[in-house]
Amino acid sequence: MSAILSVRDLAKTFGPVVAARDITLDIPACQIVGVIGANGAGKTTFVNMVTGHLRPSRGSIRFEDRDITGLPSRRITRLGISRSFQVAQVFPSLTVFDNMCAATAVARGTDSMLKRALTPLRSRATLDEAEAAIELFRIASFRNARSATLPQGVRKLLDIAMATVGAPRVLMLDEPTSGISVEEKFDVMDVVMSALRSRNMTVLFVEHDMEIVSRFAERVLAFYDGAVIADGAPAVALADPRVQMLISGTKPAAVEAADA
Amino acid sequence: MGAGRMLVGALAVAAFAVAGAFAPPWIVSLATVAFANGLVVLGLVILWRAGLVPFGQALFYAVGAYTVALIGRYTGLRDVFVLILAGAIAAGLVAFVVGFLLARYRDIFFAMLSLAMSMILYGVLVKTESLGSTDGFNVASGTYLGYAPQGAAHDLALYWLVLAFCALSAVVVAAYFTSVAGMLAAPVRDNEIRVEFLGLSVNRLVHLKLVIAGVLAGLGGALSALVVEHVDPNMAYWTTSGGFVFVTILAGAGSVAAAFVGSLVFELARSIAVDIFPGEWQITLGTVLLLTILFLPEGLGSLVTRLARKPGGAA
Repeated sequence: MSAILSVRDLAKTFGPVVAARDITLDIPACQIVGVIGANGAGKTTFVNMVTGHLRPSRGSIRFEDRDITGLPSRRITRLGISRSFQVAQVFPSLTVFDNMCAATAVARGTDSMLKRALTPLRSRATLDEAEAAIELFRIASFRNARSATLPQGVRKLLDIAMATVGAPRVLMLDEPTSGISVEEKFDVMDVVMSALRSRNMTVLFVEHDMEIVSRFAERVLAFYDGAVIADGAPAVALADPRVQMLISGTKPAAVEAADA
Repeated sequence: MGAGRMLVGALAVAAFAVAGAFAPPWIVSLATVAFANGLVVLGLVILWRAGLVPFGQALFYAVGAYTVALIGRYTGLRDVFVLILAGAIAAGLVAFVVGFLLARYRDIFFAMLSLAMSMILYGVLVKTESLGSTDGFNVASGTYLGYAPQGAAHDLALYWLVLAFCALSAVVVAAYFTSVAGMLAAPVRDNEIRVEFLGLSVNRLVHLKLVIAGVLAGLGGALSALVVEHVDPNMAYWTTSGGFVFVTILAGAGSVAAAFVGSLVFELARSIAVDIFPGEWQITLGTVLLLTILFLPEGLGSLVTRLARKPGGAA
């Protein structure tokens, strides 16, 4: 099976600090991958490199047989890799609907800025697609609220919804449930994952909650000190002693009991 | 929203056009200057919506004005339409070139860099004898496709010419405000990172806005040169830029009409202030701006927008 995303020997250093090292992995299309690791382990650095926010110090990233190493984020987005953010990145002064319209219009548009100046933003197709995305992510009751006033969970959903317009093939979610209360986390992930599965997207999500990882991920990448220390099915990766000692903080025996 | 506003706008332009024929000459000449400057303000509104305030927009204003003046001086070409088009294009070209640098900056750095660029032009104009140096030079009055009006007819023709260019620009900019590029102003002001990650280059968008604003400023400058019949380096000086920013804040960024209403109110307030308090007119104008910021934070234009919103609900 050919991979949709292939990363080879990826590394990022900030002066003497090594944020990522020797990351080599292949992700097949439509896989749901959970990325775990303590703060500073290199998860977001990895996401930032793949999405063009950071330029790798070394190594290569291929997306659908195309080298995307070091391309600017907007080019990578247009090629088909989108992302959401740990801190939701929305347009606070606009309503939820206008946020979605802006996202949809940009995703539908061409590369020509002049053409964008001549195309009305509120075309029928744009409005319909924005409306559909709001429905899909179940934030329709907040449709006309200014996004600065949204509850944290809704803002995260809006952020993710905005990343999914334009039919990306790969979606990277940086801590989709951070800042959301424990009770709401599973609901939010249910909404997100059912919306994404319906579109056959390859998903990478960074997550700290191991329950969510084992429930939603088909594969787990465990980061520690900038490197991938475990890579496999959730049951295998989460049972890895190094993962348990360094990341999940549980004793091996306790996890086995919980899994049973 | 389009048709109703367009009708109101067309009626307003028609009313102003007719009023020009009956109003006293000093009002006509005041309105001519105000509307020409309103074009520059309209350009600033475009940038301000994206969170950008240039303190050097007089650069493009002066380029437009000097283009008209220099063509008149060295070629004897008099047709106003050719001259004005040349002024707007020249300013647009300059904006396109300096835009490659300016579009990479934001906030105070953007403001100061644009100011620096306008002051470079000011310096060049002051030092260059063939460009009229500190005194500048006179601009011969133009012809309208062969028609060369004199006296009162000349002033009225100019007024109508300015009004026509304002109406045309208003229509174009109103359409631009509903386009993808135009409506992305607020997103850019709110969160550039998100815009980039949606797949759009913010710098290129800002560059486009700079060129549009530059063309409008050039248009304003070209018309002003024909109205005042004189150009001098002060047109590029930073206080000129500051004046445009002043009017923009007074007008607000809410609508296209606000730029022209704001500019007209500003010119009226200034001439009244100069008339009543010749020594302290700046204090009077400052007070006007202060009161506007305190009580109408979205500018004079918000008075109009509020009225427009009331009857129909959604405008």
